[in-house]
Amino acid sequence: MRRVYMDHSATTPVRSEVAQLVTGYFTETFGNASSVHAYGREARKGVENAREQIASLIKAKPEEIFFTSGGTEADNMAIIGTVMANRDKGKHIITTQIEHHAVLDTCKYLEGQGFEVTYLPVDDYANIDIGQLKAAIREDTILISIMHVNNEVGTILPIKEIGQIAKEKNIFLHVDAVQSFGKIPIDVNEMNIDLLSASGHKIYAPKGIGCLYLRKGIKLSPLFFGGSQERKRRPGTENVPGIVGFGLSAELAGKEMEVEIIRLTGLRDKLINGILEKIPESQLNGNRTNRLPGHVNVSLRYIEGESLLLMLDMKGIAASSGSACTSGSLDPSHVLMAMGICHEVAHGSLRLTLGKISTEEDINYVLEVLPEIVEKLRSMSPLFNSMEIDNREECSTCTLTK
Amino acid sequence: MLYLDNSATTAVHPEVVKVMQDVLEKHFGNPSSLHKKGIEAEKILQISKNFIAQTLQVKPQEIVFTSGGTEGDNLAVKGIALQYQNRGRHIITSQVEHPAVRESCRQLENLGFEITYLAVDKIGCVDPELVKSSLRKDTILVSIMQVNNEVGAIQPIQAIGELIKKHTKIFFHVDGVQGYAKIPVQLKLWGVDLFTISAHKIHGPKGVGALYIRDGIKLFPQITGGGQEGGIRSGTENVPGIAGFAKACQIAREIFVTKSKEMSKLRKACIVLLEESIPAIVVNGPKDEEVSPYIINLSIPGLRGEVLVHALEKENIFVSTGSACSSKKDITSPVLDAMGLAQDIKLGSIRVSFSYETTLEDIEVFVNKLTQVVEQLLRKN
Repeated sequence: MRRVYMDHSATTPVRSEVAQLVTGYFTETFGNASSVHAYGREARKGVENAREQIASLIKAKPEEIFFTSGGTEADNMAIIGTVMANRDKGKHIITTQIEHHAVLDTCKYLEGQGFEVTYLPVDDYANIDIGQLKAAIREDTILISIMHVNNEVGTILPIKEIGQIAKEKNIFLHVDAVQSFGKIPIDVNEMNIDLLSASGHKIYAPKGIGCLYLRKGIKLSPLFFGGSQERKRRPGTENVPGIVGFGLSAELAGKEMEVEIIRLTGLRDKLINGILEKIPESQLNGNRTNRLPGHVNVSLRYIEGESLLLMLDMKGIAASSGSACTSGSLDPSHVLMAMGICHEVAHGSLRLTLGKISTEEDINYVLEVLPEIVEKLRSMSPLFNSMEIDNREECSTCTLTK
Repeated sequence: MLYLDNSATTAVHPEVVKVMQDVLEKHFGNPSSLHKKGIEAEKILQISKNFIAQTLQVKPQEIVFTSGGTEGDNLAVKGIALQYQNRGRHIITSQVEHPAVRESCRQLENLGFEITYLAVDKIGCVDPELVKSSLRKDTILVSIMQVNNEVGAIQPIQAIGELIKKHTKIFFHVDGVQGYAKIPVQLKLWGVDLFTISAHKIHGPKGVGALYIRDGIKLFPQITGGGQEGGIRSGTENVPGIAGFAKACQIAREIFVTKSKEMSKLRKACIVLLEESIPAIVVNGPKDEEVSPYIINLSIPGLRGEVLVHALEKENIFVSTGSACSSKKDITSPVLDAMGLAQDIKLGSIRVSFSYETTLEDIEVFVNKLTQVVEQLLRKN
């Protein structure tokens, strides 16, 4: 059976160059980067080289990169760290309703600590309204935290415009770039980003490694306390193999970005067009063009997402319904709900995310298999069969139409 | 090349590398994903957790994976303090803890907690009587390490645990980073509620560790988000690292059973040889009893530790001054300070730490080279 992996937004396979490099750091260059002897110095060299590779991908300075255990930790560290260190300046935070749970739950926690949070709504395409952002800014706003690319629907948010506003108002801007880092261009200076979270395993590096970009001069209270690693911002023995793997994948992602954007956009559009053409009552979630190359999210009405995933899986296709973290939950996606999509349609959402290993044949295979599965599931669906297609009511709360 | 800095970090065992390579290449799924790749990864996670739980004789659901020892210590100490602060805000720890515990406690002091930092004797051991006399009505946590990372002193965990058992509202955290898989661990018998372990100290990968949290204990999470690890530790699980960790635990356990007596003999032999060859040598910390068989901390009065480290490095022998975490600072180790050692002993201290692979021949090479180096350096002085 053909195996097609279309869940690159959940995680990616480690690329072989990276796996090879990482392995060398397990066995030969295994030193503790804090040790003063040769083993330690070699490990240190690997860490500092990776810091440069990562910094250069987002036009930052190497000393502005701090390694973490992943994107979630970086998000927690960025938000809690800045507001705690700057709480004398204000207690108001602005974010959006469609952030990753790492940001949302952190904001919820901070509300319990006396901070106030504005969760900006989004439009049908999961985009924010700049006017609403401006209106939400208060005297005591200290941080804006907005993701670059939404993990569920792939929408690219207008970070440059947001950055301009944040800069004018002298508010720190944190960007969760876990889904965009290494995939589309980021320039922290041009976009006026003060803090940025990135993760290794979304760009073909191992799990368990990520980083936080922290603009020089910004105060940050650490999450963890201990040794003086990462200039005390993040203590703990550095995950040297993970770090060097992350560095190399960042460098390679930068080199391949231009070509990959074109290739993946082509594949993505073919997949979107094919689904919308072949499957009746299907709709694209998110914007047609303003979306991450390789990111597809569709709603297939009268389909229950979980059964769809299972049947795809049996056909060798790995996909997801929303983000991986919430895939165990039965609640409909908070992102789709914020976009004004009704429960029923949200439940039938399918996320197909392409990456380095995706090919035209993969797309063809999905376009062959998916319509069959949808038809089969719909034929078993009491909801679908209860009415004639023409008589089916339009979902009143749903703002999206095909 | 003779690497004798295994308390700083260890080389990953070849079998562990094999396991991780396999996971990196074949089982790259996100354990939260519902498809086959995700389910495979979830299974690896569960098997690894079961195995590690077994080595500690605890339940799998009592294990939470972390990014390493520092995170584990932070999660345990701050997690208890913030969760149970309504019961009281007093914590007891020692003056010789790893910075991850010490600095977490300092941070809690800033938040209004009161911390008692117990003194130690001249070999680095905590007196259980001191713990007893420090207990207060508002004490919520006692955090004491199993094995000191700098001098190898084994703390009287069982005795302390027995004291605390009588106080059902006080939690007992043990930093087991230097003890686990090297000396016996009996969490239930000792009444330990939380136990921190780290993979890269036992020939597993860096970037992964675990925290044992006794059933029924709630911790205030340090990282929130996707709700992984029962909501106590969010973030996509480091599946290859965790699988490697479990393999390392398995290997370490096999080695532990067969090697533990041998390692103690080796350490003793090393000290005997050192004392014969370098009469001026001073061994810091416990000599033969209540000490990790993997660590020797020694000083040559009149010679600075870092000078010795560099001189030994020229002979391809790798040791450290104090712990790796503080080896960059030009200040004396808080552990040696707490032991009340003289300044020249503190400045002259080096740590030699073995692995299960260290042999008697290695020890002889080390002693011979150290003897030569010391003679040369003393002559120069």
